[in-house]
Parts: sequence; structure tokens; C-alpha cells
Amino acid sequence: MFKIVRKEVLNPSVKLMEIEAPYVAKKAQPGQFIIFRIDDAGERIPLTIADYDREKGTVTIIFQEVGKSTKRLGAMEAGDSILDFVGPLGVASHFDGLKKVAVIGGGLGTAIAYPQAKHLHSMGVEVDSIVGFRNKELIILEKEMAAASSRLFIATDDGSNGNKGFVTDILKRLIEDGNKYDMVIAIGPLIMMKVVSNLTKQYGIKTIVSMNPVMIDGTGMCGGCRVTVGGKTKFACVDGPDFDGHEVDFDEAMRRQSMYKSEEKISNEKHECRLGGEVNA
Amino acid sequence: MPNMSLEKVSMPEQDPNVRNKNFLEVALGYTEDMAREEAQRCLQCKSKPCVQGCPVNVQIPEFIKLVAEGNFEEAYNKIRETNSLPAVCGRVCPQESQCEQLCVRAKKGEPVAIGRLERYVADWNMRNGKSKTEDIKKLNKKVAVVGSGPAGLTCAGDLAKMGYDVTIFEAFHTPGGVLMYGIPEFRLPKDLVQSEIETVVKLGVEIRTNMVIGKVLSLDELYDEGYEAIFIGSGAGLPSFMGIPGENLNGVYSANEFLTRINLMKAYKFPDCDTPVKVGENVAVVGGGNVAMDAARSAKRLGARNVYIVYRRSEAEMPARLEEVHHAKEEGINFRLLNNPTKIIGTDDGWVKGMECVEMELGEPDSSGRRRPVAKKGSEYVLDVETVIIAIGQSPNPLIKATTPGLETQKWGGIIADEETGATSREGVYAGGDAVTGAATVILAMGAGKKAAKAIDEYIRSKG
Repeated sequence: MFKIVRKEVLNPSVKLMEIEAPYVAKKAQPGQFIIFRIDDAGERIPLTIADYDREKGTVTIIFQEVGKSTKRLGAMEAGDSILDFVGPLGVASHFDGLKKVAVIGGGLGTAIAYPQAKHLHSMGVEVDSIVGFRNKELIILEKEMAAASSRLFIATDDGSNGNKGFVTDILKRLIEDGNKYDMVIAIGPLIMMKVVSNLTKQYGIKTIVSMNPVMIDGTGMCGGCRVTVGGKTKFACVDGPDFDGHEVDFDEAMRRQSMYKSEEKISNEKHECRLGGEVNA
Repeated sequence: MPNMSLEKVSMPEQDPNVRNKNFLEVALGYTEDMAREEAQRCLQCKSKPCVQGCPVNVQIPEFIKLVAEGNFEEAYNKIRETNSLPAVCGRVCPQESQCEQLCVRAKKGEPVAIGRLERYVADWNMRNGKSKTEDIKKLNKKVAVVGSGPAGLTCAGDLAKMGYDVTIFEAFHTPGGVLMYGIPEFRLPKDLVQSEIETVVKLGVEIRTNMVIGKVLSLDELYDEGYEAIFIGSGAGLPSFMGIPGENLNGVYSANEFLTRINLMKAYKFPDCDTPVKVGENVAVVGGGNVAMDAARSAKRLGARNVYIVYRRSEAEMPARLEEVHHAKEEGINFRLLNNPTKIIGTDDGWVKGMECVEMELGEPDSSGRRRPVAKKGSEYVLDVETVIIAIGQSPNPLIKATTPGLETQKWGGIIADEETGATSREGVYAGGDAVTGAATVILAMGAGKKAAKAIDEYIRSKG
């Protein structure tokens, strides 16, 4: 069993949890992920490692409540335990020889971009962070991102924070203002990563994206997470989750991500119905 | 007087048209009378060829004699001397190419039903056996086993009996390897696998789940934790794809994914269990091994109307266990033999709607001695299916090799290990089962685990 030692509500649907998992904490590196399972009837769900504390033996995850499993996890409290927590999985990000980087986070992707920015910043790399949210209420990790960046730009789709637009608008402006980035790291919804990759391709800036496909085992034994990269089939759980954004077939990835949409709905409805009004009360 | 019937005592089974709608075990097992009657078909011959056909050398005539006498407890103990997982082996071994193939009675008529008898004895013990605590003298020496499939469990069980402190590291949340995620409930009930694993744990073996060796700990770090030797039984879990167009369409599964969802995650109980699985009205399973049969029969049970096995050779070359092919046919699986897929066709929004196949004919024998299938020109046609499951084989997962300097492997990923001892290119590191051979059988993996346990014992003793 893996104990939840801390829980924080970052916005109405995004929660942070610090989980006691000494073995995972000891090896975790930016870019890697874990898989959790709440109980015996539970499914295996991948989440990127947002932070870790090797001394305390804890791993921090940040997740959005989008379906049954993340809602159930979100309803748990500090002191509760979950059944399975396995990792670190996937290949760690490679950051050698970088001087100036743009780190882009879209929505919840900000939680995954945060450890990347923090790590790069601590290495002395100049980090321009650009994060985007639908509106002001959804902004997460503002303080943390600011501390991990040389400059932080926050965009909202509706302009409710006074900075209307998309992350790509800001990135384009920064590039055209003469900022020379060795690399762009984009993490967020597939459509956002696709748009960023299309933009940076025009400028020839190397772009790394973090894929988050459907997974079961996370150890390379099923291929459920396969993505096409540079015309070749790759397993995101062992070859990634980081890939060259200019090589990824995003349209295929978006299609594959929707494979269980109807089942996810059934599962979710059944969960809500079982909970009755209790949780919302 | 021996029972001279030319045929095996038949085993009761669920009716094909009932069982193809449920996940309960197909073969129901012998009754006591049936077991004793079948046991009397064994001639107790002196040469015992059957024992040579068993990779773990179960003392077959001895245990069968005890069954004939109705002494099931002793029969169980006799089997357990050499076999840690008899309830599993009795069900999934391809006996027709092992022990039963060499049975003297097979020269005229059917061989003695050794597998069914082993199964009967193991099941009897689960119902009636007293849990015997074995008297083990501890050596205070630690051995690590990577993987809790048949190879790892056997190696761990044998080492524990010798007095070693054994820890098994398992990547999944449940031990058992392919016994849990691969072979379906209707062939091998999962409760039974877990209670069989319990008998190994009772020997003092510790199983640590959620531990992906190569990620959470390297082999070198296991040595740092005080293990004196390591056995790698990590299997062959890396699925092969065909490399034909359309393989990444929605609705295309590797058999590993399809079976893991169903067996390990219990997707057939969705939404009572959270993991979903998607099966269309028409399903094509590509391949001719046990994995293909398991996937096809599972798809049928999930409600598919037409399930096709698409296999590029003929029935004679199919590597699947005879009984499973027979069961699959009874359950209404449609066999498209000498057929090979050339591409998977999708709808505009990216879902499978068909699979183009080409008919094959057998040509000259290839280097393996099997006649090579050759495509018949112009015979292409489209099979209308919404789900495609690819079951054309697995190779060893590269994770351990990638994180273990000096561990030599074959080009295709198999760990290079001595056939008799399992010794690898790294001192103190042994390997066996599918991790070495590529996908093979449960019992061969168990045999390899057994040999390695013996070699590990000798190695540690030689170090003093």
C-alpha cells in the first residue's frame, strides 16, 4: 500500500498529492511517470512525476479529475492509501548542452512542465516559461513556475487574467523578438503540442513533446501506447514519453486517445450514480 | 488388473454453446472414480519413458500408482517433489508433445491421461490437503529472482527448499506472469493460480510487486542489497507487430494488450472493474499459437459474432496445443488457414473496418524444416472486421539488458545462457524461461528455473 502524505487542491478539478514511495523517489527523474491503481477493481492509470523528495521518500503527482479513477483518487485524503504505485517508468528527459529554452505548459500540462523548468533552471539554463489556461480560475502553480523560470508568461483563452491568447501567440512573439531558443519543450493537450510543433518547425527550433497515450502496463509489454514517430511505431512507455514534436503523428495520437471514450463515459456515470449526492454536498 | 481400454477416460466439459458465453473453466476435471479408473491404465512400466518427456521429471508412474490406490495426499507429495505448480501444469502443458507422447500405451490407442491425473491430484489437494510446513534449514544467504512467472516461481521454490532467503521482484501488481495476464480464466482459473503461488510463498519466498527491475533497481543495485546471485525469469513480453499498413488504427490490439485487459484487469467484468476492452461484432485474430487461440476464444466470450483465426500456414503447422484448437472449433471459431493479412483498412475517422488478406500455399521447406508459405497472386480479398488482434509472437523485453552492462543477448533479444545451468555472461547472474528461449511453454520455463536453482546453489556453495 502507498500512503498519501499530503493533498492540495490547486484548482476546482486539479489536485496535488504527495505519495510515500521510497523506491520510486530514489530513482525518479524529470520526464518520467508512474502508474497507479486504487484498489482491486481499479484500472492502471499513468501520471507524470511532478516532483520527488529523495530524503523523505515521497513522489508528487498532480492530476485533473477527468474520469472515474482520477475522481476517486481526488476524493481521497492525506492518510489514505492506494494499492499500487509503480515507477519510475519511461525515459528521463535529456537536457545536456542547453543554454536557453522555452518551456510551454498547457492547462494541466503545466504540472508536468514544472519539474522540467525547475530542473533546467537549477542547471543554470535560461528558461522562458509560457503557460496557458482556459481562464483565470484554472491557473495552477503560478508561484512555483515563476520561481523556476527566468521569465514567466501566462495566457488565458478568455483574457480573464488580462493576457488573452494562446501559448503559441506568446511563443511566436518571443521568437520574432529575437529570442534564440536551443529547444522548446511543450507539454499539454495533443492539439496544443501539435500547434506548437507546427510553429517551431517553421523556425527550425528543436521541439520536445511529452505524449500521454492510453497505457496498461507501462513497461513495454502490450503496445497499447504506441505512437508513430518519424514513420516508425514507438511505445511511449519505454521509448518516451518524450519525443521530437516535428516527427510525431499527432492526428493518429488524437484518434487513439479517444478509443475508449464511450466506455469512459459509462464508467464515470456509474461512479457518479453510486456516489449519489454525497460528494457534491 | 490394469485397465486396458484404448481410450482415455473422458473428462467432463462445459457445453460449447454455453461456455463460449462465460469465462468459467471449460474442462471440469475428473471425479475420484474417473481418476482412479484412468490411473489403472498406467502399466507401471520399468523404462518410464514418460518421465523423460517431462521437463521437470515428475515421477509419473509413482504418483499414478498412488492415485490408483486412492492415496491422493501421497500422490500430491510425490508430484511436489519436482513440480511446484502441478495444478497449472496439469492444465496448460502440451502433454501430447511431452510426457504423453512417450507413454507406452500411446503405441496402440491413447496415452495415459497424465496431465488430467496431475490436475486431479493438485485440485484434490487444494480442497482436502493439510498445509504441511516443510522443515527447511536456513542458510542465511539471499537470492533475488526477477519475474514471478513459471520460471521465477519454480526457481524460487526450489531455492527456498534448499534454505535460501529468496525475494521475487515482480513488475506487475499481481504475481504469476503469463499465468495471470496471458492464459485466460476459462483455461486456468486465476484463484487457482494464486493459491498455487501461495504454496511457494509458504516455503518462505517473499514476493515484491510493483518492482520493475531495470527501472526501480538495476541488477548491480540488487547485489548492493546483499543478494549473492540473481535469476532472471522476466519472460518474453514484447509484442511483435506485422509492420503492415493500418496497424495503429483504433481497434487493433496486440494479443498481449487484449489478454492483459481481460485476464489481469478483468475487463470482461467492466464496468464493475474499471478497465475497458473493445470488441466488435467481427474479430480477426492473426496467428496460430496458444496466444491466438486464447485471444479468439476470449473475443467470442465478449460477444463477438464472428471470430476468425487468420494463419498463414496449414493446420498441421499450428503451434497451438491440440486440445485448445479442438475447443476453439467447438466454440465456433472460424479458421482461415493459409491466409495472410496484407493491410488493415480503416474508416474515415480511424477505426478498423476490414482486413485485406491474401491466400497462401505451402512451398519448399525453409531452414526450420517447415514448408514456407507463399502468397497466391491475385487472391486478395477483404475480411469485414472491426477488431484485429495480432498474435504473431513475442520477444524478450529489452529493459533488463539495457540497464545491465555486460549481459550478453542474442540479436533478437534473448539472454544468452548456458543450457544446462542457465549461467549468463555475468558472474552470479542466471536466466531461464522465455527470457532466454523466446516465447515457449510454461513447463519449459519451469524446467529452466529448476536447473538454474541447482546451478545457483552450486555457485553459492563454491564461493564458500
